[in-house]
Amino acid sequence: MNKTEKVKNLIIDKPLKLDCGKTIVNFPLAYETYGQLNEKRDNAILAFHALTGDQFAAEINPITKKEGWWSNALGPGKAIDTNKYFVICANVIGGCMGSYGPSNINPENSKPFGTNFPVITINDMVNAQYHLLEFFKIDKLFSVVGGSMGGMQVLQFVSNFPNKSRTAIPIACTASHSAQNIALNELGRQSIMADHNWSNGFYEENKKLPDKGLAVARMAAHITYLSKKGLQEKFGRKLQERDDLKFSFDADFQIESYLRYQGSVFVDRFDANSYLYITRAMDYFDLTKQFNGNLSKAFEKSETKFFIISFTSDWLYPTSENRDIVIALNAIGKDVGFAEITSDKGHDSFLLDVPDFLNAIKNFLNTSYNKKI
Amino acid sequence: MKKEFNIIAKLIKKNSKVLDVGCGDGQLMKYIYENITKDIRGLEISKNNVQKCIEKGLTVIEGDAEKDLKQFPISSFDYVILSQTLQAFLDPENVINELLRIGKKAIVTIPNFGYWKVRMHLLLKGTMPVTSNLPNEWYNTPNLHMCTIKDFKNYCNKKKIKINSSNLNFQNIFSELGIFLIEK
Repeated sequence: MNKTEKVKNLIIDKPLKLDCGKTIVNFPLAYETYGQLNEKRDNAILAFHALTGDQFAAEINPITKKEGWWSNALGPGKAIDTNKYFVICANVIGGCMGSYGPSNINPENSKPFGTNFPVITINDMVNAQYHLLEFFKIDKLFSVVGGSMGGMQVLQFVSNFPNKSRTAIPIACTASHSAQNIALNELGRQSIMADHNWSNGFYEENKKLPDKGLAVARMAAHITYLSKKGLQEKFGRKLQERDDLKFSFDADFQIESYLRYQGSVFVDRFDANSYLYITRAMDYFDLTKQFNGNLSKAFEKSETKFFIISFTSDWLYPTSENRDIVIALNAIGKDVGFAEITSDKGHDSFLLDVPDFLNAIKNFLNTSYNKKI
Repeated sequence: MKKEFNIIAKLIKKNSKVLDVGCGDGQLMKYIYENITKDIRGLEISKNNVQKCIEKGLTVIEGDAEKDLKQFPISSFDYVILSQTLQAFLDPENVINELLRIGKKAIVTIPNFGYWKVRMHLLLKGTMPVTSNLPNEWYNTPNLHMCTIKDFKNYCNKKKIKINSSNLNFQNIFSELGIFLIEK
């Protein structure tokens, strides 16, 4: 893949001290923008991507040639209307779409970092992306928005920079990764590490990638993004291009074939080590602990108007965990709205065409934008 | 409906902090937002109504008044409004206590079961009253705890809740709706 021509990079020349203790400097942050920044510079939205997303949120992703991960929500005339707003999205550090990550070259030995790359956190990701505000000379964002790990970044951003965004929309996320979340991520990591090709993370030297492990990680994770009901309705026990069971370990069932396909296309666009690093960042995320067990304290200095959204069938980041954020904000009298959207599509709902969800975002953004004086 | 809004709105001081519990589609909130104070938010259980509030640009929290009021600290609002939903709660007494805990003052409105038309309906027809304010039949009404203006006044007296109680006995017969401003 020749990414260099298609990826916009901001080289961050200020040292960034990571939570792990290491400091990084002169590192690339890959980003993309949609729409136009207006004269007042007050229409900018920073969108944060989830675990396997990247900076190409809308339109056609120039690397994968597929639609951007948030094409349902983001674009001209869409819920996040790029005719009206200027949307910035960056690839998280640790990622593999041009930002500083484990496949970058380690200057010490001129080889890819692999697992010598420092462990990063959601806090580190957000601190790196903050430089985009300076780069675009934006004093205050209109909104920060994101689902899943993107929502965690929204929470961390508002906590770190309390008055740098007028509004915030954390979607289908949590303030603290649960044991179940960590367990599922560990399953994915172990599947990558169990692939012989992984070679302790230095696979790029051997030119053999741990594709099988990464594909299994994706398959397992994909199940967690859907709901039982959604799976049952879409696949049930339908057979894959056959009239009867084959009494073998072929993909007899459509759901098996579907998951295998999801795994196989994923490895073409994602790096196994990035998967390890980003899932680790999610697992380490505990905003409540950062504030000694009192989540409200994370938002004490903030004047940001929050709108929190969860989905009925999301069992990965269930309504109760989203509601905990609402409760923390109400406990200190902050401006917070909350809606639980009915959807059978599970955690993935935030990426899909769910009209109630998209309308809620559209209405919240547009009425909030017009209200300002 | 508008008349009720006017009366409620007049009870609220300009620029105070308000929570509308069971805010429905946000009509009353919108009226107060446009005329009295911008610092208003709602709590609403119906997803459909939550969407309508968001459309209107109002801050709304999806939730259940019987469970979700406890997240608000003591006296965190100048006024807490409960408009015509008290009778639909499983435990209205608990809800009243919560309103008075989180609000410095509470504005409670109830459909008055002591209204003369309601009394006449039961007296003459011998069936459960159905009026414009109480449109449901006994088998499908959401109203679990109907009361009269006098009942509510007696309750407040018993629990030592301060109530604006001018002429309530007269209103108990001639008002379809009771509107109370109460405080601890």
